[in-house]
Amino acid sequence: MKVRLRIQRFNPEKDRKPWWGEYEVEAEPVDRVLDALHYVKWYIDGTLTLRRSCAHGICGSDAMRINGRNRLACKVLVREAMEEGRGVITVQPLLGLPVIKDLVVDMEPFFANYRKVLPYLINDDPPPERERLQTPEERERYDDTTKCILCAACTTSCPSFWANREYIGPAAIVQAHRFIFDSRDQGATERLRVLNEWFGVWRCRTIFNCVEACPRGINITRAIEEVKLAILTGRLA
Amino acid sequence: MNVHRHPFDAVVVGAGGAGLMAALYASKHVKTAVLSKLYPTRSHTGTAQGGIAAPLGNMEEDRPEWYAYDTVKGGDWLVDQDAAELMAYESIEVIIELEHMGLPFDRTPDGKIAQRRFGGHTRNFGEAPVMRSCHSADRTGHMILQTLYQQCIKQNVIFFDEFFVTDLILEDGTVRGVVAIEIATGDIHVFHSKAVLFATGGAGRIYKVTSNAHSLTGDGMAIVWRKGLPLEDMEFFQFHPTGIYKLGILLSEAARGEGAVLINDKGERFMERYAPTLKDLASRDVISRAIYMEIREGRGIGGKDYVYLDFRPETINRFKSAPGGMEVTAEYLERKLPDIIEFVRVYLGIDPMREPVPIQPTAHYAMGGIPTDVDGRAIRDEHNTPVPGLYAAGEVACVSVHGANRLGTNSLVDLVVFGRRAGRHMAEYCRQADFAPLPPEPEAFTVEMVERIRNGTGKERAPILRNELQDTMQTHVSVFREASGLETAIDKIRELQERYRHIRIDDKGYRFNTDLLEAIELGFLLDVAEATAFSALNRTESRGAHYREDYPKRDDDNWLKHTLIWRQDGKVTFAYKPVVITKWPPKERKY
Repeated sequence: MKVRLRIQRFNPEKDRKPWWGEYEVEAEPVDRVLDALHYVKWYIDGTLTLRRSCAHGICGSDAMRINGRNRLACKVLVREAMEEGRGVITVQPLLGLPVIKDLVVDMEPFFANYRKVLPYLINDDPPPERERLQTPEERERYDDTTKCILCAACTTSCPSFWANREYIGPAAIVQAHRFIFDSRDQGATERLRVLNEWFGVWRCRTIFNCVEACPRGINITRAIEEVKLAILTGRLA
Repeated sequence: MNVHRHPFDAVVVGAGGAGLMAALYASKHVKTAVLSKLYPTRSHTGTAQGGIAAPLGNMEEDRPEWYAYDTVKGGDWLVDQDAAELMAYESIEVIIELEHMGLPFDRTPDGKIAQRRFGGHTRNFGEAPVMRSCHSADRTGHMILQTLYQQCIKQNVIFFDEFFVTDLILEDGTVRGVVAIEIATGDIHVFHSKAVLFATGGAGRIYKVTSNAHSLTGDGMAIVWRKGLPLEDMEFFQFHPTGIYKLGILLSEAARGEGAVLINDKGERFMERYAPTLKDLASRDVISRAIYMEIREGRGIGGKDYVYLDFRPETINRFKSAPGGMEVTAEYLERKLPDIIEFVRVYLGIDPMREPVPIQPTAHYAMGGIPTDVDGRAIRDEHNTPVPGLYAAGEVACVSVHGANRLGTNSLVDLVVFGRRAGRHMAEYCRQADFAPLPPEPEAFTVEMVERIRNGTGKERAPILRNELQDTMQTHVSVFREASGLETAIDKIRELQERYRHIRIDDKGYRFNTDLLEAIELGFLLDVAEATAFSALNRTESRGAHYREDYPKRDDDNWLKHTLIWRQDGKVTFAYKPVVITKWPPKERKY
């Protein structure tokens, strides 16, 4: 099928402002949007710049705005994107992070927020000789938030983050949740203190954009609500 | 072009499982930098699905010697048995260490790490499948990568994200550091160091249909080879039996561990004929060949070049192929294999709980690589002489614990066991060694290469050359090989190398120039393909993943040895290293 792409281009080395590149490529209906972008890069214009690696939705490199929604380019089929965009697929970089070039944004502010929530297991007890025990129910408690691939689709879909980049954002809260509700972890108090600060969970207005954006299907708003509740009650129910 | 210099005791190149594990250990003792051309969490370790082996015995009796034996047999007796035994024993403490770091393994009802069956892993030296693979649903690699990265954050490991390493600084046989391009700016960085550890992963992108990420272009292998150092056992490349048809996306062996079966056009469970004991859980090389035999004999689905992986609950229950013949439900399978079920739904638009899934073998894993000892030290010859300061771990390395064919789960075990050992040894080395001085203009090679490509005015295009390479390798250097095809491939690679000198790119800028990076990566791919094709032509026997139709038998009298391949002045040379045999003399391999 013929696929039409409208791609937001911007190379600060030579462009004064962003512009739209329009391309037409031949693709199979079940090709991914990433395949179409590759076609442009490899056979039409080698200057088109994007990140990608695994190409099947696990590495999190190619989060971008496709038809106005944050998604992984390797996880959207051109057939669906063409239908949704009524004959043209619009591709833009993630919002809310500085654009380095074309579809590549500066991820450093995102990872800086991630690091704030102490995203690692904290347990100062001397470890047992074998594994720490954890029941399947305890393991299930935080399963959903272990799926996060740090692609930033959620955080950069959040109007609160657009309004203020200091907001720690849904991805960092998801990462905090993954440890706060892990029965082996002892760092909940410190993490909840961080998330209770002015840039923390209270900036979430339960808009649900993050849930829609997450390519891993994580129920992010629920995780954020559970963190809010833990701060309010002081209990990890 | 701006050039920057940084002194570090140790430099780790690559931030997947092996690189991060090495970095955790090295950085405790010496000043260590981790360079990755990606953000660390994008590394390909994250896509590993089914599990990581360790004979914990949490589900049923298991022993390290059974595991070591399975690894040796899986590798068709080309495995160094001292290394396999060491890996089998150390796997237990490393898995426990990962758990202590917070890795969210699935759990047994009594709270221990849950384990499942995997191809080639058996009880009592081949009797029956054993539950040895520790897992976290079918996203075990994701959990390993995240957990190791989390620990690196905790330990303040120094990262240089999106730094693309192009060259090793090696003078008088001693490591002096590496040269890298900072992708965001195009600036050149010279890292002056006492030691360098390559953990850059594999080179699956030499093939057309592969499970490997676009980033897996054999960088570390090619960089070391260009320095006149050898690569080991490059003829052994694993094709995983169950890639999604045409796309190559992996569907984990864990599916078959949970009872899925391979089905041909006649509806037969054909692995019963090829591997009567382990059937669909035989080793990967055996199953990939069996699939192609079925296709050749006209039993591909609709006579085409694929077969079905069937993991509908009714199929598994009909064959009683789940562990212990237990009944499974769709709900159970969705919990055990959520990601691969989703892949099938997204990319094929079919529901694997209701329909069988079209699959074909997909290029998956390089058993060969930079030769190392069990401490990750790279060696320079068949006498195991180390290169002072040079280390390698993970898929880029060849210890060799995988021999001629790697067992499922063993790549992850390799990463953490040998990543840890290499990191420790490198720290020890750095504490004793002095900085060897940098040569004048250590960045010269990289600057020249970058400018040549950037200013190239020829008519050749990197994506076209890459496609031709991938087609050639797929046709002539895949599951079945023979001399004339391999010679054709070599001629083609030579032709492509010549045309590569005349490439032109569109992007003439410095900032985030992925046009340039892909062109440099193509150069690496061509070199790795050259080493692979020459090694395959040279080995006139069939063993593990290397199957020669003109030499269909394993030949222990002449070929129970590792290949080392060098390139000097455009010509390749070979030498051989004996296989270390401690307990298990070679015997016929049957599953």
